[in-house]
Amino acid sequence: MTPGEKETARDDGPEAPDSAGWTSAHTIRLVSAETPIELELGGSLGPIDVEYETYGALSPRKDNVVFIAHALSGDAHVAGWDRDTAKNGRIWRQRKAGWWDAMVGPGKAIDTNHYFVICPNVLGSCYGTTGPASRNPATGKPYGLAFPMVTVGDWVKLHARLLDALGIARVHTVVGGSLGGQQALEMALAYPERVERAVVLAASARLSAQGLAFNAVARYCILNDPNFAGGDYYDKGSGPDAGLAAARMLAHITYLSDEGMHEKFGRRLQDQSEQKAGFGIEFAVESYLDYQGRAFVERFDANSYLYVTRAMDYYDAAARWGGGSLVEACRRVRAPALVVSFDSDWLYPPGDCKDLALALAKTGVRVTYADVPSRFGHDSFLVETRKVGRLLRGFLAH
Amino acid sequence: MSQPRPDQDLVTDRGLGRLPEGLFEQRAAEVIALMKARASRPGGADPGARWQEEIISREIPMGASVLDLGCGDGFLLERLIRERNVRGQGLEIDPDQVFSCADRGVPVIQTDLGAGLRWCPDKAFDVVVLEETLQTLQNPREVLEEMLRVGKRGIVSFPNFAHYRVVVDLVARGRMPVTPRLPFYWYESANIHLLTLRDLLDWASSSGVRIVSGYVLVDGVSRELGPDDDLLAEEVLVVVERA
Repeated sequence: MTPGEKETARDDGPEAPDSAGWTSAHTIRLVSAETPIELELGGSLGPIDVEYETYGALSPRKDNVVFIAHALSGDAHVAGWDRDTAKNGRIWRQRKAGWWDAMVGPGKAIDTNHYFVICPNVLGSCYGTTGPASRNPATGKPYGLAFPMVTVGDWVKLHARLLDALGIARVHTVVGGSLGGQQALEMALAYPERVERAVVLAASARLSAQGLAFNAVARYCILNDPNFAGGDYYDKGSGPDAGLAAARMLAHITYLSDEGMHEKFGRRLQDQSEQKAGFGIEFAVESYLDYQGRAFVERFDANSYLYVTRAMDYYDAAARWGGGSLVEACRRVRAPALVVSFDSDWLYPPGDCKDLALALAKTGVRVTYADVPSRFGHDSFLVETRKVGRLLRGFLAH
Repeated sequence: MSQPRPDQDLVTDRGLGRLPEGLFEQRAAEVIALMKARASRPGGADPGARWQEEIISREIPMGASVLDLGCGDGFLLERLIRERNVRGQGLEIDPDQVFSCADRGVPVIQTDLGAGLRWCPDKAFDVVVLEETLQTLQNPREVLEEMLRVGKRGIVSFPNFAHYRVVVDLVARGRMPVTPRLPFYWYESANIHLLTLRDLLDWASSSGVRIVSGYVLVDGVSRELGPDDDLLAEEVLVVVERA
């Protein structure tokens, strides 16, 4: 441990001295109904509301902004405790702090005593930003599959609009893990003059064929759930819960590693006393996945899962900015970059992350690339808070 | 692939007989004299493993771009960034060392030098540093060649295996030398390609490489490389470029 680095505290209640405390999200109308934005894959959209959270204080010179981009199933609630669960109905947040609470707070790696942290929920998601569950002004009903296809590029354009709205010209750092890491990369590519540092955790310039395959199965589960009803399930008794749960179960497998699963569950039976010779929950790992599936259905919209995974599929920094060449794309980047992979990650394998780091280095960008030893697979970027925190601390301070 | 050495026949028994008359005796006498002269002397202050950094810092122009191959904990690059305002980039294989670099804010890419510098364009850096790393590499010659492809200049430092203490240790004890500069037993040493000052100079002249400047550590003090430092030099540092 380096001096000043804290032990990861599980005593992370809102009153803890290093907690971001009670939080309240903001909502801002970034695009009006009258002047919709053109989307990358065609069509236009408006109005667009964006939910975002902030922590810490913006400096008078507005030079201390850390912009955090969330991953596939994430939200704007990065740290601290949601004050408004009674109002917004997100009761699961009563049980736990924001998704990166270990990293963001007073004295933590992303120190809210120094930095002003912003995180918006992405377009098409289901946490306050306009998405398929939002009201379609053309019909007065939820969009469902009438919601246009959105991309990482569209998201980052909206991120820039949010910064504009807040009067922020440049960010000190943009940081994200997984799909959030791709947003961080995209921001450094699309707005090189607005990004002073970029941090890409557990992400590469594009998803591998294996990653595309995982997402395809996830969507298949949702699309073929009898309750999916063409995405028009919002006013029905139930939605495609089984399909969404199955998608989430699969995703959780991809977030772990073989070694990590073996260590956590092994072949342990859930009920140690007997093997029941049926198709219920027998093994501990089944119980874990079942729980993850159910918990996800409580908090995520199946249509959003379709849109967000598709955006993840489509993102390809090399194709988008370099005519297929990642090095050519990276020539746009001005920001020193920190790229971190985890050696047991099979969703964004270290080799792909290293390719990104080397492409950046080739263009003369100063790069730090670490392949962190961990058994937690893709989840490492959330779980290995000490190691990731140490890398972030050093990178942000210089 | 090994190239024939000009003195290849010396390794045969017959060849040993053709050593210039008295050469071995003369060398042995030099080693003995050096040993005796220094045995009575109080040990000078050890300049530490970092004696090269003073020289490297001097040799590197202000604002240069510097690639440090095997940059360890980033100490040198941090200094160069601070004192010489260089645009620094390190490469390092050990994750723990990579973390130390990150603490210092030194840009470092975790990678194996053996995997090559293929990603790096020609002459991308003003200076490429290979500090105390050459003798640990699987493929030192390839790395040296790559160093001079991606850099306009190279700075190489290494322990000289012909230093008289090494020679004494080897001959007198009959074991792989363990000295302050080579402090490891054979089975735990990372030094797998030990070389001498003369070896490095041979490589340079046979590879079209010019020695721009050279320094040696003698009795704990660094000075410019002289014509007769084979046995005296404990460590060697050379600045090289394509002739």
